[in-house]
Amino acid sequence: MMNTSIMLLILLGVPLVCAAVLAFMGDRKFAPEMNIFCSAATFAAGSGLALEVYLQGPMLAGGKFFFVDAFNVYLAVLTSFVSMTTAIFSRRYMRREREHGRVGHIRMRFYHAMFQLFIFAMLLCLLTNNVGVLWIAMELATLSTVLLVSLYRTPRAIEAAWKYFILCGVGIAQALFGTVLLYFAAEKVLGEGGDALLWTNLSRVSGQLEPTVLSLAFVFLMVGYGTKVGLVPLHNWLPDAHSEGPTPISAVLSGLLLNIALYALVRCKVLVDGSTRTHHAGDIMMGFGILSILVAAFSLLRQKDIKRMFSYSSIEHMGIATFAFGLGGPLATFGALLHMLVHSLAKSAIFFTVGHASQMHRTQEMDKIKGLFKGNPLVGWGLMFGVLAIVGMPPFGIFTSEFLILTATIKDAPLWTPLLLLGLAVAFAALLRMVQPMVSGEIPPNQKPMTAAHVPVMLHMALVLMIGLYIPDFLNQWFHTAVELLK
Amino acid sequence: MDLITAAHVNSFLAALVLLTAFGMLVQRRIYGLINLFAWQGLFLSLNTAIVGYVAGKHHLYISSLLTLSLKVFLLPYILHVLIHRLKIRKEVETIVNIPMTMLIGIALVIFSYHLTAPVRELSAMITRSTLAIALATVMIGLLMMITRRHAVTQIIGFLALENGLFFAATSATYGMPLVVELGVALDVLIAAFIFGIFFFHIHTTFDSLDVDQMARLKEED
Repeated sequence: MMNTSIMLLILLGVPLVCAAVLAFMGDRKFAPEMNIFCSAATFAAGSGLALEVYLQGPMLAGGKFFFVDAFNVYLAVLTSFVSMTTAIFSRRYMRREREHGRVGHIRMRFYHAMFQLFIFAMLLCLLTNNVGVLWIAMELATLSTVLLVSLYRTPRAIEAAWKYFILCGVGIAQALFGTVLLYFAAEKVLGEGGDALLWTNLSRVSGQLEPTVLSLAFVFLMVGYGTKVGLVPLHNWLPDAHSEGPTPISAVLSGLLLNIALYALVRCKVLVDGSTRTHHAGDIMMGFGILSILVAAFSLLRQKDIKRMFSYSSIEHMGIATFAFGLGGPLATFGALLHMLVHSLAKSAIFFTVGHASQMHRTQEMDKIKGLFKGNPLVGWGLMFGVLAIVGMPPFGIFTSEFLILTATIKDAPLWTPLLLLGLAVAFAALLRMVQPMVSGEIPPNQKPMTAAHVPVMLHMALVLMIGLYIPDFLNQWFHTAVELLK
Repeated sequence: MDLITAAHVNSFLAALVLLTAFGMLVQRRIYGLINLFAWQGLFLSLNTAIVGYVAGKHHLYISSLLTLSLKVFLLPYILHVLIHRLKIRKEVETIVNIPMTMLIGIALVIFSYHLTAPVRELSAMITRSTLAIALATVMIGLLMMITRRHAVTQIIGFLALENGLFFAATSATYGMPLVVELGVALDVLIAAFIFGIFFFHIHTTFDSLDVDQMARLKEED
């Protein structure tokens, strides 16, 4: 038990301390390497924690303040892993932006400090046992990235960041109201004080919580955390925030933050289900999910900006996962958990290659990006394989998860199947059509040769491919335990 | 103070909070808005202290003091300084005319009472009837953010909304656990610094704080 507490302390302490240190040294020559080193240390601690949980099962730590089970530990490992690879990618990327004069001394320090603070906030979200602290950490994650979105200080970037700040702020305020209602119901059963907001206590007594209050609370929680997940019609901030910020930030926003918000929503849904014993919460999630899939899929075709297009693709995939969690049942939940994992890996890999492609062409407009296969085969093929993976082609992992979700839909909710299939098919066609002209063709005059960061992209794609071909035993067992938890 | 008196004082303060919310809805001058916001904070803080005294919950004194220092003094001060530095003088235009906004506000209050009716019946606390007013304050803050096209008023709307949430926490449950309240206060403080920075960025980039100027990011056809 002692081990777990220490591991947790390292896992949360490292990014926090690094944020403070990098706030002063973030523009030194070795700062990007330090950023990588810190993230790697976080990842090591995360893996250690996962091993503990794998061997000993779920556990409480730090005087019940932290709670680790199969569901959050896999997301913690994923979060620390992707932030590590993003740090590797950001080393070259941000150096080049510094050379181009797009960011200066202060902003480099700010960027590195906020990157680490953001990772801290996400990990705190995942590992805390207190539903109130979960909300606070979620707000902290928003606040730490708001000024990163406006890092370039262009009118577009400032507008995007303002939208992100206001819309997510308002959205998440609704979630706080939901949390207040949850506490109101809980203190009747558990008594007053901090213990009544601990998730472990709440899930134990969820059957005794007042159903009318919890259904009302869920509406607010759904709108609140749903805004952060980027579900349609609460998604307006997402394409802007993801397209105007620096690419490493787009990668972590798309790949990680959306997952964390969905995690919070699913945790709340488990409590509400336990109390109401109906499928209302699930139905609401399914509705939001399908709407997101369809609207995002049809929006893909209208995009001109490459990062904007992929952020719509993120909305679509979050819609799929939300739909599957709403559907419930072992098969769909397993699919949704797997989908969160593979989408996060594939989408951040795509953003890495997109970052390279737009730096090579000095633009994010898709019309002006051409000839990537010839210009830089690694970026071109990376993007092509990334897109093939994200649209759900076998043998990549997303095919597996989407197939599971589709099977579950046909079995449990056949009426939803045509809508789901339509969304998937439109997204498939749209993305392939948009990406194909960018990778093929001759090298255009505006393209500058550039050395790309290979390791992160290849690592992510290899993992997505591996999960598609074979899910390792420990992952399988984790998912099964998590499915049991979320029943 | 016996329970009946406390309940009366509580309802009275709740009414004042709602009144300031409506006042903000019709106020056109930015300084007037900030003063109303500070008054709302004061009523909120008083209410929290009284609930804390009657219910014997001493941690509510801490949140009451926190509200007093943060929402009555610090945030209005920061806003005053920012407005002075950015030399904002003109009145704020609303999209919807003011009588109409008032009517929508009244509809929101009725809706809030309707929505919280099942929760009210469950509660045995002296403060239970104020939950609807708390929700109404949240909704009116939201309405203010939608109908004003100015960065500063949007922020004041956001803070008023946050006041409503805080009020909900004290009226529905005698306050959230202390660790949560401290965390929320910290988040509000960070947000205050961020919007302060933002005002300068928006001002230098767009040469005004009208949010209408920010319309570059739209879906093109």
